[in-house]
Amino acid sequence: MGSLQSSPSHQDYVDLAEKTGFSFEQISILHKRFKQLSHNEDKLRREHFGQITDLHANPIREQIVEAFFDRRNFYQEIEEPVSEISFENFLVVMSNFRPPSDNMSQEKLVKVRKEKLRFLFNMHDTDKDGTITLEEYRHVVEELLSYYEALETETARGIADAAMLEVASITRGHMEPDEFYEGITFEHFLKLLEGFDIESRMNIRFMNMDTTTLCFLTTYRGVKSWPFQLYFW
Amino acid sequence: MAGLGSVCSRRLAGFVSLLLLVFVAVISASPDAATGANETLRRPSGHSLDDSHHPRNSSEHRKAFPVLAFNYEHVSKPFVISLWILLALLMKLGFHIIPRVSHIVPESCLLIFVGLLVGGVIKAMDQTPPVLDTKLFFLYLLPPIILDAGYFLPIRPFTENMGTILVFAVVGTLWNAFFIGGMMFAVCQIEAAQVGHVDLLSCLLFGSIISAVDPVAVLAVFEEIHINELLHILVFGESLLNDAVTVVLYHLFEEFAHEGTVTVGDALLGVVSFFVVSVGGVMVGVIYGVLGAFTSRFTSHSRVIEPLFVFLYSYMAYLSAEVFHLSGIMSLIACGVIMRPYVEANISHKSYTTIKYFLKMWSSVSETLIFIFLGVSTVEGPHNWNWIFVIFTLILCLLSRVLGVVGLTFIINKFRIIKLTKKDQFIVAYGGLRGAIAFSLGFLLTDTEKKDMFLTAIITVIFFTVFVQGMTIRPLVELLAVKKKKESKASINEEIHTQFLDHLLTGIEDICGHYGHHHWKDKLNRFNRTYVKKWLIAGDRSSEPQLISFYNKMEMKEAMMLVESGSAAKLPSLASAASLQNAQQRAPPKQRAIPSISKTREQEIRKILRANLQKTRQRLRSYSRHDLFSDPFEDSMSEIRFRKQRVQMERRMSHYLTVPANRQETPSARKVWFEPEHKVYTYDESESPRDGAALETLPDTVSLLSESPQRPDQSSRLRKRGDAEQSANAPDSQEEPQKLSRCFSDPGPKEEEEEEGEG
Repeated sequence: MGSLQSSPSHQDYVDLAEKTGFSFEQISILHKRFKQLSHNEDKLRREHFGQITDLHANPIREQIVEAFFDRRNFYQEIEEPVSEISFENFLVVMSNFRPPSDNMSQEKLVKVRKEKLRFLFNMHDTDKDGTITLEEYRHVVEELLSYYEALETETARGIADAAMLEVASITRGHMEPDEFYEGITFEHFLKLLEGFDIESRMNIRFMNMDTTTLCFLTTYRGVKSWPFQLYFW
Repeated sequence: MAGLGSVCSRRLAGFVSLLLLVFVAVISASPDAATGANETLRRPSGHSLDDSHHPRNSSEHRKAFPVLAFNYEHVSKPFVISLWILLALLMKLGFHIIPRVSHIVPESCLLIFVGLLVGGVIKAMDQTPPVLDTKLFFLYLLPPIILDAGYFLPIRPFTENMGTILVFAVVGTLWNAFFIGGMMFAVCQIEAAQVGHVDLLSCLLFGSIISAVDPVAVLAVFEEIHINELLHILVFGESLLNDAVTVVLYHLFEEFAHEGTVTVGDALLGVVSFFVVSVGGVMVGVIYGVLGAFTSRFTSHSRVIEPLFVFLYSYMAYLSAEVFHLSGIMSLIACGVIMRPYVEANISHKSYTTIKYFLKMWSSVSETLIFIFLGVSTVEGPHNWNWIFVIFTLILCLLSRVLGVVGLTFIINKFRIIKLTKKDQFIVAYGGLRGAIAFSLGFLLTDTEKKDMFLTAIITVIFFTVFVQGMTIRPLVELLAVKKKKESKASINEEIHTQFLDHLLTGIEDICGHYGHHHWKDKLNRFNRTYVKKWLIAGDRSSEPQLISFYNKMEMKEAMMLVESGSAAKLPSLASAASLQNAQQRAPPKQRAIPSISKTREQEIRKILRANLQKTRQRLRSYSRHDLFSDPFEDSMSEIRFRKQRVQMERRMSHYLTVPANRQETPSARKVWFEPEHKVYTYDESESPRDGAALETLPDTVSLLSESPQRPDQSSRLRKRGDAEQSANAPDSQEEPQKLSRCFSDPGPKEEEEEEGEG
């Protein structure tokens, strides 16, 4: 595991930087992380994500991992689900979490916002049909509530139902008694989260400086003996 | 008509104010009245007392028994204090009657103005007006305001911007203090000023007093302008957290102003002292907060004294911190912040309301009194007006504030995701108001010669910031089109997504491999959930998820609005579900605007709703004093309303979410809907076998507050029993009455318990 020094050439990074908007340093750091997770292979698989112990406690880990393997997030048109991803795909998915740069124009901000919301939408829409049905939404709420062990699924169902009704009322207004609300389309989703300033919330800080040596210590040792990470806290 | 009315009301207000002024002046002019709070002027009223109480004292002839006696000295002190407070509040009342003025001039300015008037009147009568005594200020007037601010501090924006706030508070205040102090020393060297006797240390002391942004003034002004949350929390958080710096600097320079020199060792000790003061203050607050939370766990049998625990523990935190010269303000804030989530989970709804209203009330009174006293003290003096000193102080204050904010923002923006724009910086700089804390600290100075000059300068700066900046900030905010506070639409979807995002970002951070902000927050939440909540929250409420409580809160609001909008016309007869459904078809489901209904109907509805109090967890969304009366229904819930709402909701659901809109399906849909509450309740079985059993058989539940434990709910439910049974006269569907009666089939003996508990 000492092959950190084999970083790809600058040229590759230029293309990636162009596509995703990351800086060179950020890309190289993420590449290191990618290699760490994939044990120096070129492709990352689902089981590699299972190594991250912190993720185990996360109630929506499945959706998160799925999001990395979701072809819709790669802006590609492949039909079959992917089982392994390259670094480029990894980076593209990560780029959804970049904060918008300071001097962005209004249209660009709207575009960024739409992209982030699209990512979220894809995460909810697990059957990839373009709408979030009640079942899918229920699943989301159940996952969130599974964080607190003591609850039954019906509570989650009730909440999801109420949420769907809210969407219905916001997007369709008053509905006739025999109308049927199929599910949340992307436009409805946009309208729903209008007041939600996602462009400033759905961001994480990507390091410019190489702090992975710090992480490297903990996670590397963790690769050998994962419980270490738990004690770290 | 309106003109006449307004003229009349204005004249009335003016007349009342004048009357009060005269009254107060007269009272103050009477011999014993000039106490205020300064010193106890206990006139040796021996002889009059003796006369009334010991008629056999002397060898004089026997007096007739006094039927009516005048003995003012007996009550002089509390009398005057009450009178002052009454005057202050009547003034406050008066301002709101005069509509135009209160829009232009912030309340704080008006209050200071009144104080000036009153002080002038008293002085004109050659009496000594009461001054803003430092002890009174720091021990009695300031804590309620800070506790109110700390208890209702919005945690999320505060912690998200904690770094920025700390930098502004610590580094910004230090910069201000040293810049002003140093430059003033340079100014004092100017021959023309004739203040050459002021040495560097005194200047630095002066700088440290005047550099701190004042929370009282900031609160008073910012509350009325409703700017966006980020700016509000930045300025306000800074004003709260800079207390530690101010305390340390003040004591440091005051100590050494006597010595005359400061060594490097002393400076180092000062730095250490800063950490001790701030961290120590916070720790004291945390300890008392945990104690308070722990105590509230056991108060289920004596609900009436619950609010007192909150107030007393917080006040003790403040006083304990003051004992050790730690930062009392930070201690108070920490205590309120720590205590709040656990206490709110434990106490009854009435206690929660009591706490909220008492805090708002006390802080309102305190603030009013502070500003009036500020005005009065200004008139009192003593003043030593030195043109150059004062003018330069003013200029330097503004300059250092602007430079400090701009410079610090430049550095901070490198670390922030959401950068602070120029507009934000301007508002932050402009919002750096000075207030009564500076004045009181100045008052504490012992060196009389410089003290007067310093006090004059301090008062000038305070007046300038409060009057000029306070009055102009509102038009400036409009002019610059600064983002205002978002009208928060309580949306379950937004809440779901907030939580979803939290977990998502934590997960992404984990994948990236760096322990960022979200990671630690997640760890803290988990720690909180697994250990702390179990200790500090009574019963099974400790495992209630936030989403559930939010959802219930929302449903409540929903239901209230539906009652008002949809069925208002029919409510007093407690309309059948059918008519309600008819009404629903007219009104759109989630109409936010509440249409106007006749006043009498509204009264009736409110009476019914209020009569059925239930426990809710309504988090106060804003901490503005003025928002209190915007939620008249916050604690009114009724079984009837729930029933209607549930009927309506499930009907909608059956229509929207299942394919055929078949009426036959509704019972099963209803069952599905109702089970959640029922199911959730069952895990509360430990509470009481009787209650649990009653609910087990029940397809319906009393409240949508599925998270509420039995214990605090008993009282409210029992109280409701009588009301609900009276009012549940004509329910349509036959399931309803069964549910109701079974719902309220609580056994009798509980009622006695409840009575005892309340007594």
